[in-house]
Amino acid sequence: MIQQLVMYEEELEQINNVCETLHRESNARAVLVIDKNGQTITQAGDVEQLDVTSLSSLTAGNVAATGGIAQLLSEKEFAGQFHEGEKTNVHISIVGARVILVVLFDERSSLGLVRLRVRKAASELTHVLEVLVKKSESGSQPSVFAEITDDDIDNLFND
Amino acid sequence: MSFINYSSREINCKIVYYGPGLCGKTTNLQYIYNKTMPEAKGKMISLATETERTLFFDFLPLSLGEIRGFKTRFHLYTVPGQVFYDASRKLILKGVDGVVFVGDSQLERMEANIESLENLRSNLIEQGYNLDNLPYVVQYNKRDLPNAISLAELEEALNPTKVPSFEAIAPKGNGVFDTLKAVAKLVLTELKKGK
Repeated sequence: MIQQLVMYEEELEQINNVCETLHRESNARAVLVIDKNGQTITQAGDVEQLDVTSLSSLTAGNVAATGGIAQLLSEKEFAGQFHEGEKTNVHISIVGARVILVVLFDERSSLGLVRLRVRKAASELTHVLEVLVKKSESGSQPSVFAEITDDDIDNLFND
Repeated sequence: MSFINYSSREINCKIVYYGPGLCGKTTNLQYIYNKTMPEAKGKMISLATETERTLFFDFLPLSLGEIRGFKTRFHLYTVPGQVFYDASRKLILKGVDGVVFVGDSQLERMEANIESLENLRSNLIEQGYNLDNLPYVVQYNKRDLPNAISLAELEEALNPTKVPSFEAIAPKGNGVFDTLKAVAKLVLTELKKGK
């Protein structure tokens, strides 16, 4: 059976709030939450100029590759990464073994501040994710697929 | 692993194009990219070597329209085909919802096809998947080349489970969208079945 990640309004709002707070308190340029498979979950801050879809896919690829390196070195995983650019820096961390928290920041912030704020945000996100997984496993929410018919799927592919 | 977002009303799925080196996985994605309306696609990313061989993956995000108010988005990935990039291939298969195996029709590539197909099966098992339970289609590419072997021979060697298969000439686009549509449809049908 395919394991799905399902996101509901209530939890997304909580995740958004965590990101907004992290963005504000760390003076970051932008904050992204990405599924480990490269799907964007949410974003906060100055994202208009960013290709968020590509960033998500590449970051997930990067995290997967780093995870592969960790395995080769008999490490469980490298929980965090930091890329230093001339103008923009990127802080990447894995949260709750399930999602990736990305903070983009410039000279208005510092690695120390970002690390500090990420720690708090990560613990809050972990809690939301735990609730989300339970909710989606319990099957208490109606599924979109309950309504979708085979004809709906066929119609999508009619030219 | 599909991602269903009830808040933004989106269904996101991951499709991986697998196959031996130089079979035309990247060419499939390039053709899809070139023939898709700008509003339905994102940027295509190719992490390639200087000689344009795939190093890590190609990535193409695609919107296929709406079902009952839910936008369907497919993330297409290719793996690097060359044998020594196996560690990268395993990573890209993580969270896959559907697989396209692109076979090279040329006689001299049959061994590489078979090796790649076996590699796909074993790498999926490592990730906890079974190819026989996944949405899966086969594409026989390079049908226009003079040394291409017959469809019957390809079917026998590369498609023992008789999943949907398509003949293709990827640079010209023959069979490319048929393959994509077939796997996308299987993925959505599988998601529906799962509930």
